[in-house]
Amino acid sequence: MEKYLTINSKKVSFNNEKSLLEVIRNENIELHTFCYHSELSVYGSCRLCLVEVEDRGIISACSVPPEPEMNIKTNTERIIKIRKIIIELLLANHNRECTICAKSESCKLQTLARRLGIKKIRFKNVLQKSSEDASTYALVREPSKCVLCGDCVRFCDEIQGIGALGFANRGPKSLVCVSFNRELNDSECVYCGQCARVCPTGAIMPKYEVNYVWKVLSDSKKKVIVAIAPAVRAAIGELFGLRKYNGDELAGKIVTSLKTLGFAKVFDISFAADMTIVEETNEFLKRIEVNDNIPMFTSCCPAWVRFVEQYYPDFISHLSTCRSPQGMYGSIVRRIMPRVFDIPDRDLVVVSVMPCTAKKYEARRHELAKNGINDIDCVLTTQELAMMIEEAGICFEKLESCAFDMPLGFKTGGGVIFGNSGGVTEAILRNIMNTKFKNLNEVEQFSFVRGERGLRKFKISIGDKELKIAIVYGLNNARKILKSIKAGSKYDFVEVMACPGGCVGGAGQPICTDLIVRKKRTETLYENDKVMNLHKSSDNPYVQKLYKNYIGKPGNLKAHEYLHTNYSYKKRFKEILKISDSLQDDNIKIDVCFGNNCISRESREILSHIVNFVENGKYKDRVNITSHICLERCFNGPNIKVNGKIIERCSLKMVEDAIRDEFDRLKDEC
Amino acid sequence: MINLENIVQTFKKANQNITKRIIVCAGTGCVANGSLEVFKSFVNIAKEMNIDVNIELKGEEKGYFLTKSGCQGFCQNGPLVNILPSGILYIKVKTDDVKEILEESILSDILIDRLCYHNKGKLCKGQSEIPFYQKQCRMVLKQCGVIDPENIKEYIANGGYVAAKKVCGEMTDKEICNMILMSGLRGRGGAGFLTGKKWDLARNQKASKKYVICNGDEGDPGAFMDRSVMEGNPHSVIEGLIIASKATGANEGYIYVRTEYDLAVKRMKKAVKDAIEIGLLGENIFGLNHSFTINVMEGAGAFVCGEETALIASIEGKRGMPSPKPPFPAQSGLWKSPTTINNVETLATIPVIVNRGVQAFRQIGTESSPGTKTFALTGNVLNTGLIEVPLGTTLRHIVFDIAGGVTDENGEVWEENFKSVQIGGPSGGCLTREHLDIPLDFDSLKKVGAMVGSGGLVVMSNKNCMVNMAKFFMQFTQNESCGKCVLCREGTKQMLLILMDITKGSASEDSLFLLEELAKAVEVGSLCGLGRTAPNPILSTLRYFRNEYDAHIKEKKCPAGECVDILSYKITDKCVRCGVCFAKCPVKAISVEHNRHYKINSIKCIKCDVCVASCKFNAIERD
Amino acid sequence: MGLNYNKFEKTCKILEENEFDKSKLISILQGVQEEYKYLPEDILAFIASSLNMPLSKVYGVVTFFSFFTLQPKGKYIIKICDGTACHVKKSTGLIDAIKKKLGLKDDEILTKNMLFSIETVACLGACGLAPVIVVDGVVYGQATPNAVVRLIDNVLKEEKEK
Repeated sequence: MEKYLTINSKKVSFNNEKSLLEVIRNENIELHTFCYHSELSVYGSCRLCLVEVEDRGIISACSVPPEPEMNIKTNTERIIKIRKIIIELLLANHNRECTICAKSESCKLQTLARRLGIKKIRFKNVLQKSSEDASTYALVREPSKCVLCGDCVRFCDEIQGIGALGFANRGPKSLVCVSFNRELNDSECVYCGQCARVCPTGAIMPKYEVNYVWKVLSDSKKKVIVAIAPAVRAAIGELFGLRKYNGDELAGKIVTSLKTLGFAKVFDISFAADMTIVEETNEFLKRIEVNDNIPMFTSCCPAWVRFVEQYYPDFISHLSTCRSPQGMYGSIVRRIMPRVFDIPDRDLVVVSVMPCTAKKYEARRHELAKNGINDIDCVLTTQELAMMIEEAGICFEKLESCAFDMPLGFKTGGGVIFGNSGGVTEAILRNIMNTKFKNLNEVEQFSFVRGERGLRKFKISIGDKELKIAIVYGLNNARKILKSIKAGSKYDFVEVMACPGGCVGGAGQPICTDLIVRKKRTETLYENDKVMNLHKSSDNPYVQKLYKNYIGKPGNLKAHEYLHTNYSYKKRFKEILKISDSLQDDNIKIDVCFGNNCISRESREILSHIVNFVENGKYKDRVNITSHICLERCFNGPNIKVNGKIIERCSLKMVEDAIRDEFDRLKDEC
Repeated sequence: MINLENIVQTFKKANQNITKRIIVCAGTGCVANGSLEVFKSFVNIAKEMNIDVNIELKGEEKGYFLTKSGCQGFCQNGPLVNILPSGILYIKVKTDDVKEILEESILSDILIDRLCYHNKGKLCKGQSEIPFYQKQCRMVLKQCGVIDPENIKEYIANGGYVAAKKVCGEMTDKEICNMILMSGLRGRGGAGFLTGKKWDLARNQKASKKYVICNGDEGDPGAFMDRSVMEGNPHSVIEGLIIASKATGANEGYIYVRTEYDLAVKRMKKAVKDAIEIGLLGENIFGLNHSFTINVMEGAGAFVCGEETALIASIEGKRGMPSPKPPFPAQSGLWKSPTTINNVETLATIPVIVNRGVQAFRQIGTESSPGTKTFALTGNVLNTGLIEVPLGTTLRHIVFDIAGGVTDENGEVWEENFKSVQIGGPSGGCLTREHLDIPLDFDSLKKVGAMVGSGGLVVMSNKNCMVNMAKFFMQFTQNESCGKCVLCREGTKQMLLILMDITKGSASEDSLFLLEELAKAVEVGSLCGLGRTAPNPILSTLRYFRNEYDAHIKEKKCPAGECVDILSYKITDKCVRCGVCFAKCPVKAISVEHNRHYKINSIKCIKCDVCVASCKFNAIERD
Repeated sequence: MGLNYNKFEKTCKILEENEFDKSKLISILQGVQEEYKYLPEDILAFIASSLNMPLSKVYGVVTFFSFFTLQPKGKYIIKICDGTACHVKKSTGLIDAIKKKLGLKDDEILTKNMLFSIETVACLGACGLAPVIVVDGVVYGQATPNAVVRLIDNVLKEEKEK
């Protein structure tokens, strides 16, 4: 049965809308909000969506469900007054240097101040001094621009399940910060940057590195090589009002503009994605064959990789060891291309354009460096590329298309759809069919793995084998899958992307909080796939050539050197608990792990035993005890470290022996 | 299974040979004044004197019975010692007085005059003769100050848990809700929502798990009613909760006590433990088909946790930030289960209603606000303390009859000292001389822009500045704002800044309009009750004392002489040129002019008031 | 070993008593603060790890409630009530007198010798005795600046005798 209510004297029908706000927005009235996001829980803090309801007075539309016969007014004099006061109050506590703010023109606060016609701020300026936090490679926080809407806090907690950012203090001292108001680098942040995507103002932004790129571009000795990720072409048009163009055309324009900017070579990350697929398919089939570390997790999303390293060290071995497409691109360009193009390594500058802030972090991973030098020198986001184009005065919309440079410019559809959630899985499935059966060749064959939901599960028969596959975006969804795997659920392959929708929804993309825009990007990539000549990554002739000339076969030693990487435990907490009262240098140092796995495995009893053993024996005052959270050997706990040596599955006796041995050894040395 | 009747009989039997009972008040106020030492003295000196004073009754003891009680309300005069059955009340008792009391009033029946309260020179023997008590109607507080709060058996012997047994055994959940609805009981914690209706909302929810919560997070600075009930009669709260749980279908409850209330926390925890041990909480209470347990949780210091949704967040271990309603706690509260939250006093009233019946309850108070209300009476009055009066009592009755009138800085009572009463704390408003005769009930107060709120009553004299008062409350609310919604977080900050400007004399008339506009926006637009009521002290003082605001803004003067920044002193003709002020001024702001005239340099002056105090001729005036 | 180990062991016990339950965070923090007299950062990280929750949430709760403190407190804690009743009866005068006596400037709340820390509290619920201060858990009513100074002197004297 249809239900009706009245909005500004107009009768309006509604069905299952959760809130009045949704009903009002369906009527094309863009009630302004800071804290409302369809992806997040209702928070109700910005008070901008106030409406007047007959017999109920002024209420916030985001938190009240629609009821039949409600009579709603969205623009009464009282409401307009309150809205203006809210904006004035926020501006009185805001760093108002809008002209030099990177968020200028896309800032919600700025837009609202203009739309509501704020001409004067009647309140006193109460902005407190605060300092910028640029401690990470990915993001910059500017607390003086925070409006405390909590979008970042909720995204980090609810969607990503991390909670690196939180609220602190209360009342006038409230702020959004990392625990103990430390720098972001000292937090559990995995650099996905979604906080920056949902931030209505310039309080959290991707870290911009365009200055570096300008500098190397103007250095005549340097050869700057660049590659663009698939998702970039799906979104950059938004910034130049080009919504009708397809991905291939936009990619062509990007190539032209990059050439104009002075890049020596313009490649496509999709080529590297094809390589990743070939390498990863091979790895997956091998693992399946010997049932080793199944399920296999994808490893192309650096935020997800960091997440596993930080929270689930016992799952690290399940990550595919294949480098991400960016990682492979960097490696090939650094290790093979100098020979091909005759560019000395020291003159080569490697840049990538990514939809992602975590890629900036990934490029600096020491695992992706050779002799201490990282393969990739600089990662730009889609936003930064657009900035450079604008800064150079290039009329992007009028540019003719230009082709990518070869060989790293040729790709198949498999490498293009990589930018969507489910894309990696689909490309690998196409490739498995290719490798094993060589019979089918259809774009739509595996299109059932596509979808908008953040957690999708499938069963697929490959020959006589049935594969169980999960496709996930949002790290909190990843937690759910990992939990079910720990509880015994069987999967063969799990694809995880941190950002909603996959890379197309990355934090380096043009700001978009509208689901429809994101869907459009997803479609663009699938459309692009359709117009490609080839769809299976292993069919890419340049990939085949590369293997033939420089690597050999997928998965061989060379492939491992060039195209694979490794992972390691990353600490969540840096704190060390002091157990002994005094610390002297010449003593035996004992470190007891108090991570939560080890607590459940009796590390408390062990500690108590050590204390007793030491206090009541000849070792009194000769032993320093500290405790770590944790020693990252979770699956082998309880863990103890005695003078640097880790003892796994430690027993009371092992500890006693270790102390005795160490004591004797030290005595001998004396 | 628990048998209440057996406990009553045993207790009475144990008591039958007791001739006198000494009750030492052990409420926070009296403890602060040393009542625990007094109690110890009674024990020790009685032992020395070989007097048979028992502090515990096990069987058939003879002689005298010494107990501690909860707050008796007359805190200013503590430590209080009551002697039953004669009803003698001794005030300001010191350890040195104990021997005399034992000798005179226990062994004999002699009244010690000097330890009695004197009303205008007339000796008052006990509570029945003291106007402070005479003029009250103690219903909820009836047993506070009499029974031993730490003895569950005494509560039972005085008719305790009979109401709980009755509703559990004889009534359906619907009947209980109906009864409370018919009684017209309104929540004592703030807005005065009908308790019966609240219960019925939760009762109608279909859920396997429901909760009831007792809100004892009394954060209003200047109110201590709930503390006194929890300290003085904790079992009445537990009994109220049991009835609420039966009515709403809940089987788990929380008592959320403000952590600053050490004694209340301790007594509440003991009471719950005792109730569990004796079988009043747990599985199948009274052998009937109702199970209920209670957890006592300490708050951690946040006024906003008085707000239902914030309190729930805090029990869940989160920051106490309110969330938008709907959903209401009755639909989705603690851990998303239907939850009923009642204030301490409301719950303590429930057993009274069940025991006395709806009709008898409705005879007290007014038609729309039946029953009594406790108030924490403070400020510039002769008698401060905790009182309980029928709703609908006039302010005049409270201020002049019970409190004994308004005092000046020397403690003298002058009728014309009365300026205003601040009611309901930071969320409330002020009442003036013109309201002295309106009935204090939920609806009448709302009409004049105030609210019963938590029940803090602060009487203010002519020496109190109303703008300063509003500033004090705004300082409080902006500190206690959770910081979530813009209007409350930024709005209270800006309101405070404007008020500071006004009291400094640096505000313009535009500031006043802005203040009013902002206050109204915060009032309608804030997320939670704390924010929506935060502007009340401003709006209400603007309504009744706009002239004081104008004086600060236009004339740069504080009529009450409280705002030191715009205060100046002048030496009047009364000056006899003795030079004392000149000598005493710590900053040498007073100088001698020609003709030995003294003058105050207002730039040097730090407004310390030393000169005013030192002048024997009242020649220096605040201007 | 002594002190640190005992406190740490107590923290483990408190966590255990609260069943490692996130929703009991406030009660855990109260217990730990009673032990340490404040909440050390490393212990908070340990609590966050043990309860399997983000440290930022623990920090958020700690900084939200005024009862919790991240700074060590003095041996003697002086609480000055600044509730309505005490405020009307000039509690600000007491605060000034105490700060002057202890030599505390502006926002300082801890004396340099770690002997005293002061706290203003919203209301101690002893309004009938306003103005009220609490020294080491003992409530003193109808306090005057002089009486307060004498109280502090007494404590100092006792401290010296020790």
